[in-house]
Amino acid sequence: MTSDQSSPFTTGLAGPAPELSVSRDLVKRGLLVAPLFCLISGVIWGLDGAFSCAFAMGLVLLNFLMAAALMAYTAPISLALMMGASLFGYLVRLGLIFLAVMLVKDFSWVSLQALGCTIIVTHLGLLFWELKYISASLAFPGLKPGKQK
Amino acid sequence: MEALARLAAAAADPAEAKNIAAAGSAGFAYGLAAIGPGIGIGIIFGNAIEAMARQPEAAGMVRTTMFLGIAFTEALALIGFVVFILLKYA
Repeated sequence: MTSDQSSPFTTGLAGPAPELSVSRDLVKRGLLVAPLFCLISGVIWGLDGAFSCAFAMGLVLLNFLMAAALMAYTAPISLALMMGASLFGYLVRLGLIFLAVMLVKDFSWVSLQALGCTIIVTHLGLLFWELKYISASLAFPGLKPGKQK
Repeated sequence: MEALARLAAAAADPAEAKNIAAAGSAGFAYGLAAIGPGIGIGIIFGNAIEAMARQPEAAGMVRTTMFLGIAFTEALALIGFVVFILLKYA
């Protein structure tokens, strides 16, 4: 590397963090559909299913927020730190989800089937929902929703 | 040595042997499920850095797409985790 090239260890990304707004959107939509998911889960697995569904949704939304916060915090510092935080953050977040589920798995109100299904369905469902809006605003920036005056 | 002795004792009992095999398989599946997304996130991030270096003005768009890509890749690990939980404890 020549001296006029900037190093990834010192180069950061200035400007607003889009991850935070994406994760805020995901959480907003997640909270919007949470009662419906809990209801469906309650119908299928009973009251335990509804509680487990709420717990799983909390885990998924917290996971999104943590991922975004980690990237937004490290991006202005350096790209290398951002990459490290993304990779190790993935492992740490996976470990935290594992720990959270291990801690509650023996409680009487936990239905593991409801918990597992909700984690997968919520994670993928929210991402596909968000992707629809992101794709539209990337392809047609003029249609990007702004603040109402 | 104690673990080996327990394994040998369990081998005599088919139900216990089945439980041990299920636990081992579930752990193995979870481990395998976590490797793929790790590689995937590395590839996504590497390409995103390259894209931002080539076109710094598109960094916001690239970061948004990268974040969603990473989240989709993580879903694979979560599926592996759920399969592990259901195989082992349900």
